[in-house]
Amino acid sequence: MSQDDHQLRVSKIRDGTVIDHVTAGHALTVLAILGIDGSGEETVSVAMNVPSGETGHKDIVKVEGRELSQDEVDVLSLIAPAATINIVREYEVVEKSRVDRPTAVVGVLSCPNANCISAAREPIESRFSVLADGVRCAYCETILREDLADHIDVG
Amino acid sequence: MQHDHVLSTKQFSRGEIEALLDRAAEIDADPGAVADRHAGTLLGLLFFEPSTRTKMSFEAAIKRLGGNVVDMGPVGASSVEKGETLADTVRVVEGYADALVLRHPSEGAARMASEFVSVPVVNAGDGAGQHPTQTLLDLYTIRERVGLTDITIGIMGDLKYGRTVHSLAEALTRFDVSQHFISPESLSLPANVRYDLHESGARVREHTDLEPVLPELDVLYVTRIQRERFPDENEYRAVAGEFGIGRKTLSVADDDLAIMHPLPRVDEVAPQIDSTSHAQYFEQAHNGVPVRMALLDTLLS
Repeated sequence: MSQDDHQLRVSKIRDGTVIDHVTAGHALTVLAILGIDGSGEETVSVAMNVPSGETGHKDIVKVEGRELSQDEVDVLSLIAPAATINIVREYEVVEKSRVDRPTAVVGVLSCPNANCISAAREPIESRFSVLADGVRCAYCETILREDLADHIDVG
Repeated sequence: MQHDHVLSTKQFSRGEIEALLDRAAEIDADPGAVADRHAGTLLGLLFFEPSTRTKMSFEAAIKRLGGNVVDMGPVGASSVEKGETLADTVRVVEGYADALVLRHPSEGAARMASEFVSVPVVNAGDGAGQHPTQTLLDLYTIRERVGLTDITIGIMGDLKYGRTVHSLAEALTRFDVSQHFISPESLSLPANVRYDLHESGARVREHTDLEPVLPELDVLYVTRIQRERFPDENEYRAVAGEFGIGRKTLSVADDDLAIMHPLPRVDEVAPQIDSTSHAQYFEQAHNGVPVRMALLDTLLS
């Protein structure tokens, strides 16, 4: 599958961010994490389960008119560790980077421990530190290793 | 000790623990010397769960330092019943007290409270999380009885939900101690505690049967297995019987074995043990006052 084929599926954008190599099936979660729900002015294109030589299948997310910061995208590394971030200006990729694992994730995941104070009706955001192989709740210390996408809670 | 709050035993280095235990020993030897040390200090007690020992020993500790308490009282008689958040409650009570002692049924409650107030918060038990001040008195008791160097300790009972177990296990990794954990499989250590023990490089083994390991132990720390952790009464009775201690159980134990228990006990330690030299649990409970005096003195000074 060449780059040109992708362009046929989802057209080139003039200015904005292309998130490529998203784990197949997770594009909508990526949008949720980024807080993009269609209510803003950005034009958003999503391609899901696109055949890809590297990972078999992948998703692609294109957000026009918005350049995402590294902090914004690093949290994506938890569910899409292979994702690449392309910043596009005037149809050219001016910056290409991979997502890095952040040291902490705030307000994105909900604690799987129902008895955690962060799951109670309190005025706090969830907070997790990032371990080598999972994340850990800053309040109750529960470790979450698998199915992180199931615990994404971005209202 | 450079801490604003006491939330978990993980925050303490070995040196800090030893300094606190030394201070507790000084106070224990001459409590009169500190009788007015914190005159005028008010300790706010917020116990969202029932407590006898912890609450009374904190109250005794601050009073023996010359201070006093303001007590939220039972939850049923407080604004919590009206739906107030914990974050609001602690922000109100910090205006009445110089430090807060909090027991709460949710894990992480004390940590959250500490983020909302500027007075010291002491975690007096957060759900199935931590109970760091119990651990300090446990360590004090162990040190007095057998020392904290080159010893083998067995920790038995409800290791999954037992907050005293979680705090003690993590604190013991600071010392030259081999730890054996004995429990039914369904109540074995939670993943986060196991992770910390592994990361610390502690000498740790897990068992489902006490007998093979009992002869090696210098200390056996027994915790209560709660009825509500089991689907039915029969299963509870079977497990509680298997993980209880009677005279017969101790036939293979070392003569100097110390038996500890954070109390309250139900059937885990038979009353016949009380009069033997193994029984350390009442002394352990008494140590709560000098240890909490040392902690409060350090935190409030």
